[in-house]
Amino acid sequence: MIELKNIRKAYTTEYTKLEVLKGIDMNIEHGEFLSIMGSSGSGKSTLLNIIGILDDYDSGDYRFDGELIKGLSQRQAAQYRNRLIGFVFQSFNLLSFKTALENVALPLYYQKVDRRKRQTVAMEYLDMVGLKDWAHHLPNQMSGGQQQRVAIARALISQPKVILADEPTGALDTNTSYEVMKIFREINQQGITIIVVTHEHDIANMTKRIIHLKDGLIDGSTSVATASAGS
Amino acid sequence: MLDQDKWREIFDSIRRHKLRTFLTALSVWWGIFMLVILLGAGNGLQNSFERNFRDDAVNSLWIYRGRTSEPYKGLPAGRRIRFTNDDYELVRDEIPGVEHITGRYYLGGEYVVKRGQTVLSYDVRCVHPDHQYLENTLMESGRFLNLPDIEQRRKVCAIGNVVAEEMFTAEEDPIGEYLNVKGTEYQVVGVFNDEGHESERRKIYIPITTAQRIYEGEDIVHQLMVTVGDATLEESRAIEASVRQRMSERHSFALSDKQALRIWNNISEYQDFQLIFTFIKGFIWFVGIGSIIAGVIGVSNIMLIVVKDRTREIGIRKALGATPWSIIAMVLQESVFLTSLAGYLGLLCGFGVVYGIHHFMEENQIEVEFFYNPQVDFSTVLTALLTLVFCGALAGLIPALQAVRINPVTAMK
Repeated sequence: MIELKNIRKAYTTEYTKLEVLKGIDMNIEHGEFLSIMGSSGSGKSTLLNIIGILDDYDSGDYRFDGELIKGLSQRQAAQYRNRLIGFVFQSFNLLSFKTALENVALPLYYQKVDRRKRQTVAMEYLDMVGLKDWAHHLPNQMSGGQQQRVAIARALISQPKVILADEPTGALDTNTSYEVMKIFREINQQGITIIVVTHEHDIANMTKRIIHLKDGLIDGSTSVATASAGS
Repeated sequence: MLDQDKWREIFDSIRRHKLRTFLTALSVWWGIFMLVILLGAGNGLQNSFERNFRDDAVNSLWIYRGRTSEPYKGLPAGRRIRFTNDDYELVRDEIPGVEHITGRYYLGGEYVVKRGQTVLSYDVRCVHPDHQYLENTLMESGRFLNLPDIEQRRKVCAIGNVVAEEMFTAEEDPIGEYLNVKGTEYQVVGVFNDEGHESERRKIYIPITTAQRIYEGEDIVHQLMVTVGDATLEESRAIEASVRQRMSERHSFALSDKQALRIWNNISEYQDFQLIFTFIKGFIWFVGIGSIIAGVIGVSNIMLIVVKDRTREIGIRKALGATPWSIIAMVLQESVFLTSLAGYLGLLCGFGVVYGIHHFMEENQIEVEFFYNPQVDFSTVLTALLTLVFCGALAGLIPALQAVRINPVTAMK
């Protein structure tokens, strides 16, 4: 589903040129549950941003379902993101002045779904992550774990083909982290591809395949035999 | 155009920054408010001047006698020029372009007017019948002075409606009654109104020939007034010149001696005033638009801050699929809404004040010399409103483009 061929990306300033990705080749199939591991500065977040069409790459080919994702207009990129990809972030990135329900409904707003329909659907997804009773709370009234579940519901509501999670457990304690991973596994079992960027081994071990990234290059790939989502 | 969701976004944003929004709106409000007030005051000033002109015929020349200031043909300077009925006839019969003409003779001393026990003082003007056209006197009842009054030196008078109110009771009909002016009884033949200042309705007119005989014994004329039909400014200047020419011959003074004969040309005065008001109007718009621009720049500045504040939010929205246009629209709508609403309120308040003053002055019959009937016309305001919407869009444009350039990756860090 996702094919990366010799992806390169460098950040240049007036004085320096920082090569972040030095030629990434990668294939990700439908329904995979994958983690990208690496130390900070290994380029894993940049790679995720490129896959998420949030960032451009300098050279190489990125195909999503066979379609070349390159040099898109802002408008096209926005529409691809909206329809194909769901994001989950380390810092949740919920809109602080909107309720959980409104946050979850937001992607549908950009699909021009009418308000009543949006709210009904958003409520279903909140229910799915177990937060139906919290629908009308603001993010700052919820715990980190709850906020991340709201963010997951928001990522799922547009029925994307892939969920991209950038350090989704980075701001959470161990138990909560495992709960979030459990939700990811359940989602994956419904056939949605999930890519998690993390630097925590135990989190990576809960996925089915681990890609190691080092200094902007792929440093091997491990299959995890028996995925376990904690106790 | 705007669905419920967009309104919700706008109000959300405004509610989160009440003070900031309020202060911004205030600057636009103030700009428009001041513009309306200035326009109203400018129109008040102009209307008061136009009324003063309407009181008198705009197309008139007023001819005053004076004293010579230069020696001429052996005659010394400082000689007093005197008008008589012959001068009146000369101008009437021999100056081409003269339409209506009247002489004026002023009574000296107190103008004590008596009727029974009522004793009051009014301005008495002794004139020819054509005076009616020069002063735009409108008859309410009866008639103005006429030719037989002049020829037969009748003791008749036409009185202003204020005089009628004060000298007669409401049930009485002044026509046919008598008033005693400086010891002589005059029969009232007409009551008139005048659109000009209230003092114009406190006048009594009597035939000039009657006054000459009773109070002077000679056919003295103090002043001549003529109208010149629809003559242009140049034509009126030509008439002015020919009057001066004929008078200088008759009274032997130098043609260049402006002190000997003074001529007030209302056409040229009127055009001067028109010019002055064009300048005043221009100035008002200049100041008004300046303050609106200041307001709009204020809105633009605030929207820039709003965008800066919402950088993270905009980044998130972009990641979730907000198109560039939806981001631009979000910023523009807020800006246009804010500008339009504040501007509209400014319009309403400005109108309220202008019409409040107008109403108050009318209700209490307050007459201020340089302020009359202040008003702002509606099409001006409509233009102003459309300009506001446009300005709002303009104010939001730079911040909106700023918002579009936000990179979601950096914004969400």
